Amino acid sequence: MLYVVILFLWLALLLYLVMGGADFGAGIIEMFTSKPNKMRTRQTMYNAIGPIWEANHMWLIIAIVILFVGFPVIYTTMSTYLHIPLVIMLMGIIARGTALTFRNYDAVIDDMQKVYNKIFVYSSFITPLFLGIIAGSAVSGRIDLHATDFMSAYIYSWLNWFSVSIGFFTVALCGFLAAIYLIGETNEASEQKRFIRKAKLMNVAAVVAGASVFAASVAEHIPLIQWVFGNIIGIAAVSLASISLILLWILIYRGKRYIIRVLAGFQVTMILLTTTYKHYPNIVILKNGGYLSLINDHGADKTIVALGSALLIGSLFILPALVYLVWSFQRKPQNIKDQH
Amino acid sequence: MDNFMAARSQMALSLGFHIIFSCIGMVMPFFMAVSHYLWLKTNKPVYKNVTKAWSKGVAIFFATGAVSGTVLSFELGLLWPEFMKHAGPIFGMPFSLEGTAFFIEAIALGFYLYGWNRFNKWFHWFTGVVVGISGIASGILVVSANSWMNSPTGFDYINGKYTNIDPIKAMFNPAWFSQALHMSIAAFAATGFAVAGVHALMIMRQKNINFHKKAFRIAAVFGIVASILQPLSGDISAKMVAKRQPAKLAAMEAHFKTEEYSPLIIGGIPDVKNKKVDYALELPGLLSFMVHDDFKTPVKGLDQIPERDQPPIAVTHYSFQIMVALGMLMMGIGVIYLIAQFKKRNWFDKTWFLKLFIAATPVGFIAIEAGWTVTEVGRQPWIIQGIMRTKDAVTPMPGIGYSFYLFTAVYLTLSVAVIFLLYRQIKMVPEIYDNTKPSTH
Ligand code: HDD
Ligand code: HEM
Ligand code: HEM
Repeated sequence: MLYVVILFLWLALLLYLVMGGADFGAGIIEMFTSKPNKMRTRQTMYNAIGPIWEANHMWLIIAIVILFVGFPVIYTTMSTYLHIPLVIMLMGIIARGTALTFRNYDAVIDDMQKVYNKIFVYSSFITPLFLGIIAGSAVSGRIDLHATDFMSAYIYSWLNWFSVSIGFFTVALCGFLAAIYLIGETNEASEQKRFIRKAKLMNVAAVVAGASVFAASVAEHIPLIQWVFGNIIGIAAVSLASISLILLWILIYRGKRYIIRVLAGFQVTMILLTTTYKHYPNIVILKNGGYLSLINDHGADKTIVALGSALLIGSLFILPALVYLVWSFQRKPQNIKDQH
Repeated sequence: MDNFMAARSQMALSLGFHIIFSCIGMVMPFFMAVSHYLWLKTNKPVYKNVTKAWSKGVAIFFATGAVSGTVLSFELGLLWPEFMKHAGPIFGMPFSLEGTAFFIEAIALGFYLYGWNRFNKWFHWFTGVVVGISGIASGILVVSANSWMNSPTGFDYINGKYTNIDPIKAMFNPAWFSQALHMSIAAFAATGFAVAGVHALMIMRQKNINFHKKAFRIAAVFGIVASILQPLSGDISAKMVAKRQPAKLAAMEAHFKTEEYSPLIIGGIPDVKNKKVDYALELPGLLSFMVHDDFKTPVKGLDQIPERDQPPIAVTHYSFQIMVALGMLMMGIGVIYLIAQFKKRNWFDKTWFLKLFIAATPVGFIAIEAGWTVTEVGRQPWIIQGIMRTKDAVTPMPGIGYSFYLFTAVYLTLSVAVIFLLYRQIKMVPEIYDNTKPSTH
């Protein structure tokens, strides 16, 4: 059952990265859109994510609940030493969720919209940035359980080149996902062109941030290269990801709107796979070589069995309903705003 | 501000904020479902308009409830890591089921809010009902986690180690039923009164009377029924508290002396130093009767509880008095409504009747905050009753005071924003939802 729980944790993270990521990315794209086009982008975006944003955001909750029920030591260690970035991320989540809803449900349309838009756009950027920083910090080996001063316990645990680069990489990835997704959401050629340009921009940004991640890992003695290239799964995943990226760009220009989404999702899956496979099951790597492991640091066996069963039974209800939700709103794309 | 106080205040603030939104998110879907049903049955457009107007309000509350809930699931670890390290695996079961309930709720909400004219009309209505049911389910589950903190079961605590963990038994701890029942009814009572109050105000201002009257009826009926049941379930809760947390009961009652014919103390100002209550109404024997079903058997007082295990007495006592007083008030209004319903139908047009409901708009929520203060402050100094002290659970990170100020600022801003948005929703009713003025919506 432990493996069922771990699988669910991994899937929840993956789905949060893909679905939630595209969702954050929509705000990032809006940030990089010129004024005259903002309104249309916003509309396209809202039609795409309106019905599912609450559900997207649930993957994070599922991951957190799995952590604190099943792996309490991992949860509490991270929340103690990464307190500050977590609080910033939470502020981002609050600001973004409320701004998105407020701007859409405010009965009076006036200058307040500008305020909502600003908050929405900035928080769409901040949240994945810190999410990435938190993920990076977990494996950067900077969490020091024996630290005695404030800075090394609560600041340097996350404020370092490696973690911050991962943060920017995450932002670029979210933007890329969103651009790819939005290409398929509009029928206007000029708008599609704009989204393709955004996808390019984000792709370049991801490559730059990725290079920075590797450079930082070398400078800071994090065996990232070994995790990625030191094993057959890693090499296979990286190769598949590269091939699929080329394919993705060919298909974008052929106007295939749905298959490119699958390929973009595949990219993210491969990235998560390579980065988690080699150091699995040690998801938090501590200073001085210690680590917290999914296999060793889990809660009582009975709890794991109960948690696994709850997840299995829950997914029987959730997955079909979620698929039906996404499918119904894909099938009849129409202007949602007119509906209420 | 010292770290420990700051952490407690931040937790209290976040929960106190979240509870308002979660109650509304839990109960409003039922109001909408009723109004929606009436529309489907009668085809009167006013019901459709009420449903749609409410659904916009709900979307705003939902988003705020969802984000503040997300914050809470992190805050448990951010503020109380030592607690979560041990408690997580024990009381986690309801949280993992709650995850499922939230998820279903979020999916159903997507269908409901965006599904007008897209689906079979009964399927669409049904998704609204699912939102309500899964909301209630998640409320019950999270309260069962809280009740575990009041009556920890499902593990053995030996030499500081938690062994023999049984998460199912922990979930069905002795307090879960009374707390979950009381909380669910409270949510209906508070939301019913609040919504009815707002619509009563609009009726009195002679605005869109037909629309607001229909809305008022639906909300009021839910609120009235719940507020009549509430004291009954409160009695069950009090008996449970007496059994498992005598210190909390004694603090609620400011009951200092253990003696035969223990009095029920109503109101008054507890004088903790001299161990007495000034200016209170004392009804001899009644507390004994409520706890033990006979007037004589003594009820354990604060004199039998070591000082270091006593909760803050004044706060607990005042909060309890406030909750009970407001509960009685709401029940009284409920009875008046029932009389009007069966006999004096013309009361519905009288200003005093409307004013009564307008004045009662916030009382349910005040009672809820007071009730939670009783439960949570009354559990002090324990975070897990009798097992772990709150001060041993707090995070080692210094400077939580700043985090508390930040959260206070954010929650204040959000509260203002939500009120502002609701005000604008209501202001726009004549233009968007009143069928006497045709509109495209
Ligand atoms: C509309 C709100 C409301 C109203 C009118 C009442 N309550 Fe209440 N009460 C709550 C809302 C609430 C609550 C906020 O929902 C609490 C906090 C925890 C819980 O389970 O319910 C609560 C807790 C609570 C507790 C503590 C339970 C515990 O610690 O486990 C007791 C003993 C009572 N209530 C008793 C009463 C009585 C005798 C009432 C008589 C009128 C009453 N309540 C009215
Ligand atoms: C939403 C309704 C709730 C409200 C308004 C509420 C209120 C409060 C208050 C006022 C405190 C501070 C008590 C003090 O330190 O003196 C507190 C503490 C706390 N509550 Fe609750 N509570 C609620 C529900 C819950 C639930 C459902 C849980 C967990 C499952 C929970 C867990 C905690 C914890 C861990 C603390 C900190 C430790 C402590 O002070 O004992 N609360 N809450
Ligand atoms: C008595 C206390 C509580 C009640 C009754 C309650 C109930 C609810 C309900 C009904 C929702 C659904 C969203 C909505 O209607 O707005 C919600 C949201 C949420 N609550 Fe609470 N809650 C309580 C306390 C807590 C605590 C202590 C936690 C965390 C440990 C928590 C975590 C969450 C989360 C994560 C969400 C977001 C789910 C979503 O996106 O829909 N809640 N809560």
